[in-house]
Amino acid sequence: MAVVKKKNKLGTFIKNFFSYLFLCIIGLFMIIPFVWMLSTSLKEPGNIFVFPPQWIPNPIVFQNYVNAWNAAPFGRFFINSIFISGSLTIGSLLTGTMAGYAFARLEFPGRDKVFMIFLGTMMIPGQVTMIPVFIILKYIGWIDSYKALIVPGIFGAGGAFFFRQFFMAIPKELEEAAIIDGCSNFKVYWRIILPLSKPALATLGTFTFLGAWNDFMWPLIVLNSPEKMTLPVGLAYFTGQYTTDWPLLMAGSMIILLPVIIVYVFNQRFFVKGIVMSGMKG
Amino acid sequence: MKINKKQIKRAMLGYTFLGPPIIGFFAFTLIPVIASLVLAFMEWDIIRPPVWVGFQNYIRLFHDKDFWYYIYNTVYFVLSLPLGLAFSLFLALLVNQKLKGISLFRTIYFFPVISSVVACALIWRWIYNGDYGLLNAFLKYIGIYNPPNWLRDVVWAKPALIIMGTWKGAGSSMLIYLAALQSIPEELYESANIDGATGWKKFWHITLPMLSFANFYLIITGIMGSFQVFSEPFMMTGGGPLGSTTTVVYAIYTNAFQQFRMGYASAISWFLFLVIFTTTLVQWNYGGGKKYYY
Repeated sequence: MAVVKKKNKLGTFIKNFFSYLFLCIIGLFMIIPFVWMLSTSLKEPGNIFVFPPQWIPNPIVFQNYVNAWNAAPFGRFFINSIFISGSLTIGSLLTGTMAGYAFARLEFPGRDKVFMIFLGTMMIPGQVTMIPVFIILKYIGWIDSYKALIVPGIFGAGGAFFFRQFFMAIPKELEEAAIIDGCSNFKVYWRIILPLSKPALATLGTFTFLGAWNDFMWPLIVLNSPEKMTLPVGLAYFTGQYTTDWPLLMAGSMIILLPVIIVYVFNQRFFVKGIVMSGMKG
Repeated sequence: MKINKKQIKRAMLGYTFLGPPIIGFFAFTLIPVIASLVLAFMEWDIIRPPVWVGFQNYIRLFHDKDFWYYIYNTVYFVLSLPLGLAFSLFLALLVNQKLKGISLFRTIYFFPVISSVVACALIWRWIYNGDYGLLNAFLKYIGIYNPPNWLRDVVWAKPALIIMGTWKGAGSSMLIYLAALQSIPEELYESANIDGATGWKKFWHITLPMLSFANFYLIITGIMGSFQVFSEPFMMTGGGPLGSTTTVVYAIYTNAFQQFRMGYASAISWFLFLVIFTTTLVQWNYGGGKKYYY
């Protein structure tokens, strides 16, 4: 008996050893690009040509950050990104929950047909509508404005679908009691349904925000002036001007990644849970 | 038909809630979709008035050698999908163990997923740099004195983008697999243990079949994603060298917003729709989608 136990212990030890080995090797693969970015961003421009490459720069300089900050309006990009992603998130949560409530709870003629049309267009990739929406925005003079980034993004069918599914799972008795007490449907929606949906709102809100924050193609198409750019387009614009100054470019990347890194490290449990939920059910 | 007051009231209420979403839906989805259908039959540079050309754009599309090359590029990316998924599954199995510090590894593996793709593309462009990049420095260090100039090499540019894409996206597929792994009932393994099944047998006959929904989901979204790759080639290779990293969506972008061929670009976008639609349909009917949703 004792021998078997020992054997098992040894087996577990070997298994754990190899698990940790693989975990660490892959962990290094995941983390090295970020370390390399940090390291390069602290180097003197001439030091990047040294072979073999230095991991810890000698000397460590912070000048690249100062230069990057002065070369492009990163503070402005940052504020633009927050404003655009924030408004888009709030707007799309509002339209998504309103449509979701109507589809899940209200009974009126044409409801299911409208829902099917909504669903049907979810199959159409964004690249199909991209060109006509650009032309429409050009004609109403919205190109190169925040509106062009926020307004079209608010009306996705995905949110309506997601919230319809979520609201259908909320027990009806709660609202029925409120309606008997003389509550209007708007009050039910605002005071009962929305507060009960906080986890769903938080999940979809996070991913809408993150999607808008990292979106690249649409802002690239509709924005021209640097002072309106979001962080990703701003970084691309900045890259176009300093193509080979790698320490400067890495400092710029670092400035862009830092806010996300901080938010992620503090909320990582929430992120990990959220993506599983939205991935499997959304 | 009987229409009474109550019904009208209900309809009013319903459409008040649906009002803003429906207006937005008309303005930014339905009308653009119809406009795009019409646009695909026209030639238009937004400056001069549009010209009706019939099926000319589609005919041109099928004779465009460059376009078929972009399709080939895209298929190349799609075919790399199983490798990436196998890697993600391996990650999920690793982090599904009850080991000390495992959540730290999960956090690290998920890290590239939340990072801005533009910043990541920039970092990898520097890593792939032919003369002073980290990758070639490492290859020279281990004795490969003639490494390729990754992003400027017609043969190596695509694999380079795939490696970067795997690094960026593995964490998100890993989480989907992880959720699926954790929902497999423990009893299945227990009864397999009683029957004396080995680790491999358990993996092939229990784990893998139980992951079929996760596989289905990841393959569909992965194929769609491969067609829509844009930011990486835009930031890293400009679609080159010689068009070897231009994807279908990249071609839509250059045609519409750099060469202002709105009609031709719309035709490509409908081709893209058709491909995505067919893949989903095939997956749905033959890949077992039906049984998951009904």
